[in-house]
Amino acid sequence: MVQDYIPVLIQTLLVLGFVITVMALTHFTGPKRFSREKLDNFECGIEGLGNARSPFSVKYFLIAILFVLFDVEVIFMYPYAVNFKALGKDGFIDMLLFVLLVLAGFVYILLKGALKWEKN
Amino acid sequence: MSENKIIKPTISEMPEGVSGPGFFATRLDKAVGLARKFSLWPLPFATSCCGIEFMATMGATYDLARFGSERLSFSPRQSDLLMVMGTIAKKMAPVLRHVYIQMAEPKWVIAVGACASSGGIFDTYSVLQGIDRIIPVDVYVPGCPPRPEQIINGILKIQKLVENESLGRRNSPEYLELMKKYNME
Repeated sequence: MVQDYIPVLIQTLLVLGFVITVMALTHFTGPKRFSREKLDNFECGIEGLGNARSPFSVKYFLIAILFVLFDVEVIFMYPYAVNFKALGKDGFIDMLLFVLLVLAGFVYILLKGALKWEKN
Repeated sequence: MSENKIIKPTISEMPEGVSGPGFFATRLDKAVGLARKFSLWPLPFATSCCGIEFMATMGATYDLARFGSERLSFSPRQSDLLMVMGTIAKKMAPVLRHVYIQMAEPKWVIAVGACASSGGIFDTYSVLQGIDRIIPVDVYVPGCPPRPEQIINGILKIQKLVENESLGRRNSPEYLELMKKYNME
C-alpha cells in the first residue's frame, strides 16, 4: 500500500530538486551589481525625498470616504432608472426612502461640519 | 497576393551541441544566451515621437511580442532592455541615468531615433547630444522617427548581442572599465 506512493515521492523530490537547482544556478551564473544608487527606492528615476509615512490631514480621508458613500448612491440610481416603469409606485417609494436615508446622513455631516475645509 | 512566396526568416538557429533521441546537450552559455535572447523585458523610456512609433511596434500589425518581448516592464528591477525613444533634455539626463543604474544585470540599451542617438535636430543648449554621453548604448536605431521595421531590426541586433554574450562579460575588466568611464559602480 505504502509502496504505491513511492513514485509520488520520487516525483516530489525531482520537482523540488529541479527548482532548487535552477534557482541556485541563476544566482551563481547571473551577474550582480550593488551600489547605493541601485538599491535606492525606485521613484521613476527621481531621487526620493522625505518619508512616505508622513502624517496628513484627516480631511482628505473624510472627503474621499464621503465621496465613495454618495458615489454608491448614484450607482444605485442607474438600475433604478432603467427599471423605473417596471418597478412602479412601490419601487418609487423604496427609492425615496433610500434617498431620504442618505440625505439624512448628508444633513448630519453638514451639521457636523465634516465638509468645512477651512475649519480649525 | 496568393502568388507571393512565403519566406520564413530564421530568427534563431540551434546552437551546436550533442543531440540524440530525446535529448540535446549544449554549452551553458549557449543555452543561457538562447533563453535570454527570447525573454527580453523592455523598459520603454519614451519621451517623444519615437515612442509613438514604438506603440505601433507593440501593436497587432508589427507585434514585437513575436520576438519574445511580450511583456513591457515599467520597473527597472524587472527589465533587461532599456529602450530610450525620443529627445532627452539635459534635465531628464539624471533621471535616465538613475533608471539605467537601477536595472538588474545583465542589461542592454537601445537608442531609438536620431534624438536619443545624437540629439538629432535639437542641437541646442537644453538637449543632451546623444544618450551615450551618460549611459553605455548597445544598439543605435537611425530615423526621425524610425519605422517599426527599423525598431524591430534594432531589437534583432540586440538579440544577437544577447545571444553571443559570454557569461563572464559583466565582471570582465573591460566592462568594469566601461562602467568606470560612465562614473558608475
